[in-house]
Amino acid sequence: MTSPRAPVTHASPVVNAALVAAAAAIVGLVIVVPLASVFAEAFTGGASAWWVALTHDADTRHAIWLSLTVAPVAVVINTVFGIAAAWLVARFRFPGRSLLISLFDVPFSVSPVVAGLALVLIFGRQGLLGPTLAWLDWKIIFAWPGLVLATTFVTLPLVVRELIPVMEAIGPDEELAAVSLGASGWQVFTRVTLPTIRWALLHGIVLANARAMGEFGAVYVVSGHIAGVTDTMPLRVEKLFQEYRTPASMAVASVLAGLALVTLVAKFAIERRLESEARDLATARAQDAGHP
Amino acid sequence: MSIHVREVSKSFGSFKVLDRVSLDVPNGGLVALLGPSGSGKTTLLRIIAGLEFPDAGHIEEDGQDVTQRHARDREVGFVFQHYALFRHMNVFENVAFGLRVRKVPREEVRTRVDELLRLVRLEGLGGRKPGQLSGGQRQRVALARALAIRPKMLLLDEPFGALDAKVRVELRQWLRRLHDEIGMTSVFVTHDQEEAFELADEVVVMNHGRIEQQGTPDAVFDQPATPFVMDFLGTVNVFHGRVENGRAYWHGIPIDYPDYPHAQARDARVYLRPHELELSPVTGDGSPVAGHGQQAPSLLASVLRVTRTGALTRVSCRPQGWQTELHVDIPTESAQRLQSKLEPGARVAITPRRARVFLPDPEYAI
Repeated sequence: MTSPRAPVTHASPVVNAALVAAAAAIVGLVIVVPLASVFAEAFTGGASAWWVALTHDADTRHAIWLSLTVAPVAVVINTVFGIAAAWLVARFRFPGRSLLISLFDVPFSVSPVVAGLALVLIFGRQGLLGPTLAWLDWKIIFAWPGLVLATTFVTLPLVVRELIPVMEAIGPDEELAAVSLGASGWQVFTRVTLPTIRWALLHGIVLANARAMGEFGAVYVVSGHIAGVTDTMPLRVEKLFQEYRTPASMAVASVLAGLALVTLVAKFAIERRLESEARDLATARAQDAGHP
Repeated sequence: MSIHVREVSKSFGSFKVLDRVSLDVPNGGLVALLGPSGSGKTTLLRIIAGLEFPDAGHIEEDGQDVTQRHARDREVGFVFQHYALFRHMNVFENVAFGLRVRKVPREEVRTRVDELLRLVRLEGLGGRKPGQLSGGQRQRVALARALAIRPKMLLLDEPFGALDAKVRVELRQWLRRLHDEIGMTSVFVTHDQEEAFELADEVVVMNHGRIEQQGTPDAVFDQPATPFVMDFLGTVNVFHGRVENGRAYWHGIPIDYPDYPHAQARDARVYLRPHELELSPVTGDGSPVAGHGQQAPSLLASVLRVTRTGALTRVSCRPQGWQTELHVDIPTESAQRLQSKLEPGARVAITPRRARVFLPDPEYAI
């Protein structure tokens, strides 16, 4: 087997260097410098000023708290939905299956603002379900449930999209083997299905969580932007910035950026596990075919 | 446990995979389902296992109807084609799985798994992951895992399909010995007739969702019930001929065929197995070469090429005036003795020792 790092083509050293320099310049200009400047701005007044900006403002505290509660709920909904939907699509053939797979992608292709507006049109006071919700005295738009709904909508494809290819590659035989050995449905799921998809699932969860924490557009529309009530971290960043409180705004932004870095590291680690498992699978297949 | 399959049918969409199949597997028997891909043999095995459900018909185990009983409750050991080992568990946990889900006490699990690993000659490998094993080892883990739950029968889907030739033969003999030791009713699916014949007490030949013939390997090979069975089991030369008065005629050479005593001649298909043809060298004018006497009526042909296939050597010839080839298998020893007389272009006389004749079904034109 050739090393994956072996050069595919042999460009001249000059071309090579020019391409590397161009790539480095773009990555530096578009990603590294802006990210670094966020941290630089956030810490201009020193670590204590940063801490004060984050903790001494009740509205900021609330925004952090809100993000830390909305995102996990959306991620849990996504995880349950993702596993169920991926299992349905990977294990069964039924009319409308490919249409359903395409529908999973709608949140990716629809602008988050449009998604937020759609939710307002359904759940808002003037919306389709408005009268019913008013009668039940349930508040969804401009309230916590709306935030969860909007966040769930925009992150919906992330888990299911990770799981479908992995479940299809693995196939149903291990699950059937477990059944023939006497396992119940729940035992099959917890002892066979879940362990085999665990890295793909974790990957999806990490991505969904990062997206949920950072979501702005859809949440902006459904939240009504009420400080101390429905402002999440990204909304708070924007509001502080509009109020010319740049250091405070950058302090909150740095928390989001830090989260992104943590996500990046986690994603990298998980992807290495996924790759090594995919390699194991490929080796196993090759051995089955009689080419050890 | 004996298994009785009664008139089972199964369709996937508009495709009929099994068409009123009936089959009996005696208690302690080792039966091979043999057929080309798409013949329905794997589906039949999965229906017996309870992994699929038939559209019509019944499955009985020891006289009890189990058609609708789920695989979980069938107490069947199933070995999958690609073994389907639990990739995230080590060998020990794989074998222990069926016991763990049954809540068997820890100590008993350990004893039973160790005993099984010894049985399949994998002691000491309990800590390995399936990915670290060879194909043959994985296949034995799959077998141990299936046997752990003390199943009433063992079902194997193409058990040796994914192994290389040498390992395959070894495992086959080992599985036969294992079956004789534990005497469990077993059914396996294969497309390899050699495998079916070596391993099974009884062979069930399937084609297009139907059973063409069921019988001992000898019976199926020597008295094929249908042209398909004849054709599927080994190479065969097929010709158009004619039958009348208890004889079939193949290029003027008469062959006994008592099944058709009528005087009225009919077209028939004549099937000749390459190893049931005799070949003797002749001179240019067709008279026998000294020392290679030949009295029976024969067909003159010229040798095209000689291919050694192990213990047998295949001589491909073209009979005079033919466009097609005729294959004759002779023992390699005789081929070596005749060497110079079997060079390409050499003249030979071919005599059928035995032939099978199938009359086209009068209802269907062939």
